[in-house]
Amino acid sequence: MSNLTPAKGKEQPGLRYPSNGKTIYHRPLNRAKTSELSQASFAYLFSEMVGYASKRIESIQDLEKRLNTQGHPIGLKLLDLLLHREPARTQTRPLTIITLLHLIKQQLWTHLFGRAADGLEKSSDPSRPDEYMIIDNEPLVNRYISVPRDMSQLNCAAFVAGIIEGVCDGSAFPARVTAHSVGKQQATPAADGGGEDGGEGKEMWPGRTVFLVKFAPEVLERESFLGKG
Amino acid sequence: MKDLVACPTLVFPTVDDTNTAYRGVIALLIINKAGGLIYNRTFGEGLNQLNSNDYLVLAGTFHGVHAITARLNPLREHQAAHYHAQQQHQHQASGSLGGGGSSGGGGQGGPLPSRPEPPSGLEVMETENFRLQCFNTQTGTKFLLFTDTMQANVDVAMRKVYDLYADYVMKNPFYQLEMPVRCDMFDRKLNSYIREINNSR
Repeated sequence: MSNLTPAKGKEQPGLRYPSNGKTIYHRPLNRAKTSELSQASFAYLFSEMVGYASKRIESIQDLEKRLNTQGHPIGLKLLDLLLHREPARTQTRPLTIITLLHLIKQQLWTHLFGRAADGLEKSSDPSRPDEYMIIDNEPLVNRYISVPRDMSQLNCAAFVAGIIEGVCDGSAFPARVTAHSVGKQQATPAADGGGEDGGEGKEMWPGRTVFLVKFAPEVLERESFLGKG
Repeated sequence: MKDLVACPTLVFPTVDDTNTAYRGVIALLIINKAGGLIYNRTFGEGLNQLNSNDYLVLAGTFHGVHAITARLNPLREHQAAHYHAQQQHQHQASGSLGGGGSSGGGGQGGPLPSRPEPPSGLEVMETENFRLQCFNTQTGTKFLLFTDTMQANVDVAMRKVYDLYADYVMKNPFYQLEMPVRCDMFDRKLNSYIREINNSR
């Protein structure tokens, strides 16, 4: 029965236990330098993830929902890690929508993609005060993906939308996050207020993606109370 | 053979005046390992197009001719015999040691037995009007690049095209292996690369 309860430190080297005995749990959480991964391996992995998610789907929304679900737990866990890596003074979890979105635009994006997001906007439509937009001109996950014509509404960055949703949910700002392509076709009405460079940007960034963050009503309600106090 | 010679002349009309001759990279064809045409694109205006059926016939014919040329090698038997003789020699040497890893341990005595290069088949075809370069990948996919006869560094261009294919076709989750390539991103990157080469001359 010894093989069922291996003695600690005597595991066979392999995929799970590296020969030097340092698993991922032995590494310090505070890494000063960002370690980079191969983009090709990520592209193949993500390609398989999309392939897996598109098995037996009813609709494009179904596929986006599944990608979103795959990203959600990553966001939940990343929130803790990112806050832990912040300097001690700013280690509090975000308390307002703006600080939360700023955390996503700066820290989360830099951790995942090595650069900050390209834009952060509030919906210009007064009837939708609960909608915010995070803009990425060239999402890393879509780098090698060409969506077929019959699935033109699909944007595989729904996976990243899931990560954002996880971060929002984890910091008690329940929200629905969706990814929309605004590269080629007409921008969505909500994204129309996105500055005067819209026409030019569409030509330059065919993969331009808007992550639409729609917060739950109670978040807005709480925010208004906080604003008064 | 007749088909193969006849078809490209339809694609590339005979132009005797060198000023109006087509320059640079003229066309790219990708043929899958079964001989089916999976990608076909011409670069430059005013080229006469074949109808799609003729393109498929051209691809299939080329595939067949390529397979024949790969076997037309007078030295093949000789090379194979030499290789086997080397193998035997290695085997005997390692056999006396009684080692388990005969192939791995065999190399310590002398140089490793060199496996003969697999025959590559047709690589270049030159005509009066164009030059055809064929690149056969490890998996049997063939890239056919039609350029003008003066084009330099076709190898580099071919390498880049293969790079683009590996990136924007093989990493695309919606591409099914051995099926026709319909990837916007690949088209876009390929177009801008070929335009870059053709304009630089």
